Amino acid sequence: MNLPNVAPNWPAAIALLVLSLQFPAAHAGKTLDQIRQRGQLVCGVSTGVIGFSAADSQGRWNGLDVDVCRAIAAAVLNDANKVKYVPLNAQQRFTALQSGEVDLLSRNTTWTLTRDASLGLHFTAVTYYDGQGFLVPKKLKLGSARQLKNAEICVQSGTTTEKNLSDYFKAQGIKIKPVVFEKFEASIKAFFSGRCQAYTTDASALAFIRSKEAPKPDDYVVLPELISKEPLGPVVRRGDDEWFAIVKWVIFALIEAEEYGVTQANLEQMKAGSDPAIQRLLGSAEDSGKLLGLEREWAARAVKAVGNYGELFQRNVGSASPLKLPRGLNALWNKGGLMYAPPIR
Amino acid sequence: MQGRRRRELGIQALLAAALLAALWWLLDVTAGNMAERGIRSGFDFLRDPAGFAIGESLLPFDSADSTWWALAAGLANTLRVALPAILASTLLGTLIGLGRLSPNLLLRGLCAGYVETLRNIPLLLQLLAWYFVVTDLLPPASAALQLGPHVFLSKSGLALPWPGGDGGLLDLPLRGEFGIVGGAALTPEFLALLLGLSLYTAAYVAETVRGGIQSVPRGQSDAALALGMTRLQMFRLVLLPQALRSIIPPLTNQHLSLTKNASLAVAIGYPDLVSVANTTLNQTGRAAECIALIMAVYLMLSLLTAWLSAWLERRTGRWVERS
Repeated sequence: MNLPNVAPNWPAAIALLVLSLQFPAAHAGKTLDQIRQRGQLVCGVSTGVIGFSAADSQGRWNGLDVDVCRAIAAAVLNDANKVKYVPLNAQQRFTALQSGEVDLLSRNTTWTLTRDASLGLHFTAVTYYDGQGFLVPKKLKLGSARQLKNAEICVQSGTTTEKNLSDYFKAQGIKIKPVVFEKFEASIKAFFSGRCQAYTTDASALAFIRSKEAPKPDDYVVLPELISKEPLGPVVRRGDDEWFAIVKWVIFALIEAEEYGVTQANLEQMKAGSDPAIQRLLGSAEDSGKLLGLEREWAARAVKAVGNYGELFQRNVGSASPLKLPRGLNALWNKGGLMYAPPIR
Repeated sequence: MQGRRRRELGIQALLAAALLAALWWLLDVTAGNMAERGIRSGFDFLRDPAGFAIGESLLPFDSADSTWWALAAGLANTLRVALPAILASTLLGTLIGLGRLSPNLLLRGLCAGYVETLRNIPLLLQLLAWYFVVTDLLPPASAALQLGPHVFLSKSGLALPWPGGDGGLLDLPLRGEFGIVGGAALTPEFLALLLGLSLYTAAYVAETVRGGIQSVPRGQSDAALALGMTRLQMFRLVLLPQALRSIIPPLTNQHLSLTKNASLAVAIGYPDLVSVANTTLNQTGRAAECIALIMAVYLMLSLLTAWLSAWLERRTGRWVERS
């Protein structure tokens, strides 16, 4: 395990604060121009959440959130590799987006009213439906989160997690003690050393923590309750509706591609096919790119770069990944899930 | 003379005004930019319910209480660790500083070793090391060590009887379903932070004390001994009063750094002011406001400490003159 980052992070926050002092940059419609001019999309990601955004040993970024950035770079710049990743912790992320340091925040961020309405930001679309759960040692023989009376629960700060935790147990009339850590590494080290009776975070991360971080995964079990709704998705700055639309529709295109069975592999065949909806999506019939200020093949390029939403899911968090998360809520709407894209026409 | 003095005052007033104007301009531009980008600002969130729980708190705190009360609880937690650590580090540091001047070679070597080790390892690493040692070594809460009647030690901390509780003079810790319930608990986070801060700062205090004593000219102690004083009298009546003058100002600096270093608590899960403010920042998104609050509180703490120390300095000054 890496040692937690040594620098406390609020100096960074102050630096961001100072950044936000710069004179207002002209926004409207300018994000796309800026990206084209610098030939690079600047994407805010996490400092390391396996399956969503994490750098490997060679410094290459991988994950579902990273693939969203790549898809957008492919649609906008015709090159999925022209992305600069800026790792941001939970405290820095919104300031970095507000101040214009990043074009897009694609960093497992939960869509809530407070964030949508008071931070000068727009949530674009949901790329992963998550929920908060609990990991507990098997030897405590717990079957439900409601049995965690007077328990100490380890949690990492800087997320919606602490509030959900407090809300849930308050509603149940149960007292618990949160032990709040700033760094992920310290929080799980404390939990696995036995400091807390439970660990809480989003269910997607619990699966990873149990399989990769636990000394013996079989000694731990995830409780059945999900105590919150955590719709995660990319965020953009307010004041640039064109850019907002582009990010939204690239994500919709990935979902739509899965619905129509367009994959990375069969893309070229599909282009030549006869289904008008697919023709529209891939730009071989109408030019939907024109309306977004993009080139004709924007959606085809995005799918070519990262695959459709289903492929992206399987590769990063699904059965083809170490996390092995089930599709669950993240299946397409016509397969029992919630993934539904408005029609591209 | 009069004219020059007036001119100097004028220049100072102008500078102060320019500084204030620059500050005002910065705030104005920031607020303007934030409003234009649709970012809510202001301190109104302080009156809203906090919505999150705090693991341990001196002040009674519930998630339905207001955010400013949560921050107050965080500040109380900062003081709860900083004040005992200041005391402990000063005592230990003084002993080690004296030890470095001891004629005994072993003692001198040990004290020098302590100082060099402790002050050359970053405090954050020491805190993490202490914390993980404490949590790894102690038994799990379900198998807590019983140290005495109603005193338990486990990974959940040290549980002690405490006045109060529901219908009783003493709130007694008892074995519960997951561990110890009731009583007052000193958590491993608190203990590790207290230990780490005290030991680390003691190394600096030791050097301050040693330097202060060595700053008194050799002739003073020789003269005292020649007058027939015992070593203790020489130390108490001649060395210490003179040394204190050069010890107190740098000692204040150590106490100030200790209080500020207590903000490293976030790394090991102790809910101090910075930890609570971080959580608030995340729940509300008011980054500028939360950072400003943290800075203002630490500034106030530092000014208060400095003021106390200045008072102490004046008092010891008078004492030195008398003796």
